[in-house]
Amino acid sequence: MPRIWKFGDSVNTDDILPGKFAPFMAGEDVFQTFAFHYIRPEFAAQVQPGDVLIGGRNWGLGSSREYAPQALKKLRVGGIVAPTFARIHYRNLLNLGIPAFEYDLTGVLQDGDEVSLDVQTGVLTYAEGTVQLPPPPEFLREALAEGSILAFFKKHGRFPGEPA
Amino acid sequence: MGRMTNLSSRPQTMAEKILSRRGTQVVYAGDLAVVEVDQVMVVDSIAQSFIQRMQQDLNATPRYPERVSIVIDHVAPASTVSVAQAQKEAREYAAQTGVRLFDVGRGICHQVLMEEGLARPGWIVLGSDSHSTTYGAVAAFGSGMGATDIALAAASGKTWLKVPESVKVTFTGDLRPGVTAKDVALEMIRRLGADGATYQSIEMHAGDRFTRGERMTLANLCVEAGAKAGLVVPGGEILTAYGYDIPEWVYPDQGAAYVQSIEIDLSALNPRMSAPSEVDNVFDVAELREQLRDQPVDQVFIGTCTNGRIEDLHAAADVLRGRRVAPGTRLLVIPASSQVMEEAMADGTLLTLQRAGAVLGTPGCGPCMGRHQGVLAPGEVCVSTSNRNFIGRMGDKDARIYLASPAVAAATAVMGRVALPEDVMTHGEVA
Repeated sequence: MPRIWKFGDSVNTDDILPGKFAPFMAGEDVFQTFAFHYIRPEFAAQVQPGDVLIGGRNWGLGSSREYAPQALKKLRVGGIVAPTFARIHYRNLLNLGIPAFEYDLTGVLQDGDEVSLDVQTGVLTYAEGTVQLPPPPEFLREALAEGSILAFFKKHGRFPGEPA
Repeated sequence: MGRMTNLSSRPQTMAEKILSRRGTQVVYAGDLAVVEVDQVMVVDSIAQSFIQRMQQDLNATPRYPERVSIVIDHVAPASTVSVAQAQKEAREYAAQTGVRLFDVGRGICHQVLMEEGLARPGWIVLGSDSHSTTYGAVAAFGSGMGATDIALAAASGKTWLKVPESVKVTFTGDLRPGVTAKDVALEMIRRLGADGATYQSIEMHAGDRFTRGERMTLANLCVEAGAKAGLVVPGGEILTAYGYDIPEWVYPDQGAAYVQSIEIDLSALNPRMSAPSEVDNVFDVAELREQLRDQPVDQVFIGTCTNGRIEDLHAAADVLRGRRVAPGTRLLVIPASSQVMEEAMADGTLLTLQRAGAVLGTPGCGPCMGRHQGVLAPGEVCVSTSNRNFIGRMGDKDARIYLASPAVAAATAVMGRVALPEDVMTHGEVA
């Protein structure tokens, strides 16, 4: 069963993937093994597909580097729940199809708790109950329905919300 | 200010005005806008991802090659074979598609685009680097995005974004000698907090204060408060003196809606410093100087897109002239661009810095993001003019980074400890 990895406030893109382990430096095949290298060195080796990350305020502040969320995608993280996200990173997460929910679970769940997350409905189930996570903003749902913003653009030749 | 030249009857902020002009309809905060992009900037560190998105995922070529620039600046010159390979692919891609290429040594992306006139008042400039807010210095809506968004913008000539709410920052009074735009920006971040302007635009009302370079420092650091854009309202002759044509419509309207307004009295400001490991952890330098009295500083770094301009090198040289960097302290100086380097060479600034003991580097980002040229060992302390002091940012996770102005950085280099410019008067002099 997927587990919770709990983090604090202000987890930045250097925490998620330090710049010196960027794919063009560390290698396209291995850069994800450096996810959270400094702040949770056991993460990449132990994370299981579908595990859910819980963060505090301002998750993902810092760089525009898309390889930070790419590393999480390669490790098949199931989703990220944080009360607030930094904007560039939030866009990158959704662009790559990593579910990101703006919600504060830091007082509800602990590190290692078992959960299941239905990314379509936003329902997160844990030992003592369920939480309905808020859906992504309306104008993103159209893109997510096609799988990703890239898929949407390729199919329609325009952006969501743009007149055809 | 307050010129009623908007497209609608409801007053608009600067961000709302630019996004309305570059889109198909009048928009306000909260609206979704699809807008024309005037320039798309790609840095070397995402060039491979960008090319992959363009060729494999989108099967597209740049819609307007003249609106796309690739800048090799983050690891320049290359530090490893894989980096060299990525840069080679970027060069080949530029040659094939006709997009602009600024190769190793030309300088840091934001500085280069400004020097080349590729950011102009009222434009929308997207960059694959979070400090793309810098373009707000010349009233361009500059914003950082990831490789996917950047590729979509290059392929379509457009992007989509939520029109941001705006924070209004008004500067009053005048800076005291020795206090700089960097100190103003750090104070602004302290007041707003590292997430105080997330999803928002910061609109700075500076009147005719601040040069273009100082405005770049202010706009550059807005992303450290989480902002999508950092716009400095054009004032006086500062921008027109550089040859910019400032459209009347770009000015915010009187009565525009702001989510928050703050006022910073510049005359009350002292030099500022961000302590590890968050940018909004801001103190008076005088206070930190006392706290860190017994703490040697191993490295001082003057450069980056925040503070690697000619005026920054001048400020450092003014402190270092006739003095020496303290034994045990390294001073690394990296001009922001080849143009800055040439100017600093011609006017003797580089000689002054060199004689003081500085190590000079190739124009580019240097060690700012911990990839080459001066990264830090465990336990080392660095005072840097850059924009981030995150854990592990410039090397080992146990290194500590303090952020300050070039003048404070230079004084620190002479004293070997955190210092103010006035502290160096009798220290480090060369006979």
